Amino acid sequence: MLELDQVTKSFGSTTVLHPTTLSFTEGTTTVLIGPSGCGKSTLLRIMIGLIQPDAGTVRFQGEVFSPANQLAMRHRIGYVIQDGGLFPHLSASDNVGLLARHLGRDAAWVRRRIDELTELVRLPREALSRFPAQLSGGQRQRLGIMRALMLDPPLILLDEPMGALDPLVRYDLQNDLRDIFRTLKKTVVLVTHDMGEAGFFGDEVLLLGGGKIVQRGTLKSLLESPADDFVTRFIQAQRLPGHDS
Amino acid sequence: MRHRTVLSIMVVLCGFSETLCWSEDSPVVRVGSKAFTESVVLGEIIEHLISDAGGKPEHLAELGGTQICWKALLAGDIDCYVEYTGTIQQEILTGESIRGDESMRDALALRKVVMSRHLGFNNTYALGMPEDLAEKWKIRTISDLAACPELPRLKMRFSDEFLERADGWRGLRKEYGFPEVAERGIDHSLAYRGLQTGSHHVTDVFTTDAEIRLYHIRVLEDDRGYFPLYHAVMLTRSDLSERAPKVAESLLRLEHQVDNSTMIDLNAKAKLDRIDESRVAAEFLRDRLRLNVTLAGDGRAARLQRSAFRMLDNLLQHLLLVVISLAAAIVVAVPLGVIAYCRPRLGKVILNTVGIVQTLPAMAVLVFTIPILGLGALPAIFALFLYSLLPIVRNTYTGLSNIPENLKESAIVLGLSSSARLRLIELPLASTSILAGIRTAAVINVGTATIGALVGAGGFGQPILTGIRLDDFGLILQGAIPAALLAVGVQAAFGLAENWLVPAGLRFKAN
Ligand SMILES: Nc1ncnc2c1ncn2[C@@H]1O[C@H](COP(=O)(O)OP(=O)(O)OP(=O)(O)O)[C@@H](O)[C@H]1O
Ligand SMILES: [Mg+2]
Repeated sequence: MLELDQVTKSFGSTTVLHPTTLSFTEGTTTVLIGPSGCGKSTLLRIMIGLIQPDAGTVRFQGEVFSPANQLAMRHRIGYVIQDGGLFPHLSASDNVGLLARHLGRDAAWVRRRIDELTELVRLPREALSRFPAQLSGGQRQRLGIMRALMLDPPLILLDEPMGALDPLVRYDLQNDLRDIFRTLKKTVVLVTHDMGEAGFFGDEVLLLGGGKIVQRGTLKSLLESPADDFVTRFIQAQRLPGHDS
Repeated sequence: MRHRTVLSIMVVLCGFSETLCWSEDSPVVRVGSKAFTESVVLGEIIEHLISDAGGKPEHLAELGGTQICWKALLAGDIDCYVEYTGTIQQEILTGESIRGDESMRDALALRKVVMSRHLGFNNTYALGMPEDLAEKWKIRTISDLAACPELPRLKMRFSDEFLERADGWRGLRKEYGFPEVAERGIDHSLAYRGLQTGSHHVTDVFTTDAEIRLYHIRVLEDDRGYFPLYHAVMLTRSDLSERAPKVAESLLRLEHQVDNSTMIDLNAKAKLDRIDESRVAAEFLRDRLRLNVTLAGDGRAARLQRSAFRMLDNLLQHLLLVVISLAAAIVVAVPLGVIAYCRPRLGKVILNTVGIVQTLPAMAVLVFTIPILGLGALPAIFALFLYSLLPIVRNTYTGLSNIPENLKESAIVLGLSSSARLRLIELPLASTSILAGIRTAAVINVGTATIGALVGAGGFGQPILTGIRLDDFGLILQGAIPAALLAVGVQAAFGLAENWLVPAGLRFKAN
């Protein structure tokens, strides 16, 4: 449902993404993992048309991004960033309902959908009327996910959604999120630094290094047969039990 | 006479032509005057003359200077005013070679302006000394003073301006061969008091100063003709003789009627005795031209009532200047700020331009706009509008630019169009900054709106201007205090407005 074909990207003289060809199968969760600065966020931004690739094409549900269709395509992709990226001037429920209202969905529908999602992401109801600054980090993240799910998009992109959360909150949210993605059968691309999180979510793990795909497969296959030295070192750096030297 | 400003405000508001408002047969004839007492008194005299000749007079008093009067005359906003030949030569016909009155009259005629004969007085620099001292040493002329054996013991003190001007002390010293004096300036009115107390004996004066009579000053004759001549003449638009022939003719009755001592007398009555200029003018016309002028009742109670009304009038005029100019500036500046943000290259041009506009002197803006907008509220509103642009444009621009990158991205990836992003996300997020810019503009505006008085737009600048003219500190405060209070009030009002206009979520964060 999402294919990247020979996509490249440089910023000035530094090449962030060497020609990359990738595809993501419907209903699976793929985790992008790799060291800081290896181009994970850049890849995600290219997928939603926030950055134009220098060469190559991105195809989502058979369509290529163009000025004419980019808004409609973005409506079919949910995007979640660290800390939710919520708009501080809007209440929690207005943040979630903003796009739907702007697109002319009727108020009753929006209200029903927000109720549904509140239940789904297990957000306390009273949080809906608050402003982002009055919410906890975990609640903001849940709201960011509600906003991404509002129009029920088939594809969800998440860029380190749990990067700023303490372990207990993160643990709960990880559980909730995996359940949501599985029951809704979403196609998910999730960026993380955390190997544990990668294994927990990912049907597949995609290790990026130096602007290239170094290895792709299940976490198990990565751990058992690292493709090269880089993968070995990356795994070691995670200090996973049994992989510490 | 100040009701003319209210009128021009009505014109601003409804777009009605003023001629519609005067439907009677008597032609409206407007006289202007500058912001000093002599000019105002002469303006009042002319006002009575117009009325006597069957015209409907309006006196636009205390305009902000030669250029404003002259531009207003050319634009037809006033029909006549009293000017000085020296000023005409130096400031109006600058750079033209004028030899004598006839050539000046011709040069003005090319501009469709008629110059009258001399009114009679010559208001120029002179040296003055106490009458008794002058009599004692038999000093009548400046040459007498220069030749006086007592000269080394006579102390001379001059005003700063006189010391600095090329046609002041330096030239005079050469011309008459005076010795050097201590080059320390003194305030003009203090110089008079110093003559009286004897702390010095000679100073520079203007030949029609009211104080000449009060302090018994002898004005020394400039026997070598050093000082330039500033003969008072009336400048009239040449079309007045077609529009209101009787009035135009009647105005000429003032020629050769006001000599130096008469003018000193009129100035003294208005400035020192605090007699209303209108009354001073009426008495002059009665005594000199046997003209019977009826004055409106001028009892103490009426005057008190009037001053309360005037205060309200000033407040309304002031508010009107501020509100209209600020509203116009918001309508223009916020979009400019948005454009500056969306188009960085064009933005630089916009920000630089409004920055330069901010540095234009108010007087220059007024003088340049009078030919297009005339006198009254419009040029003042335009100037205030210009000065309001910078804070609003800049705060709109920085408010938008300072929105965190992740929020801008969040809005894009949601799939909002750029106009929807601006309306739903970016402008609300920038609202605190935009409102702060508007508040800055408003507060500056309240202070700057006092320039309105320079072009006959009224406001709190009017009592300040009159107070300065009459050395009346109380009158100055009548303008300065309400203007300051208004500025504080505006500041507070914006504090309240913030609760309405800035989204609650942003206010919460600010706490
Ligand atoms: N707009 C940009 N202009 C210039 N360089 C950029 C820009 N965006 C990213 N880069 C560079 O591209 C490289 C990849 O950045 P990217 O944000 O994709 O990394 P990342 O893998 O997401 O890192 P992290 O794990 O720290 O988030 C970095 O070296 C970064 O400095
Ligand atoms: Mg990143």
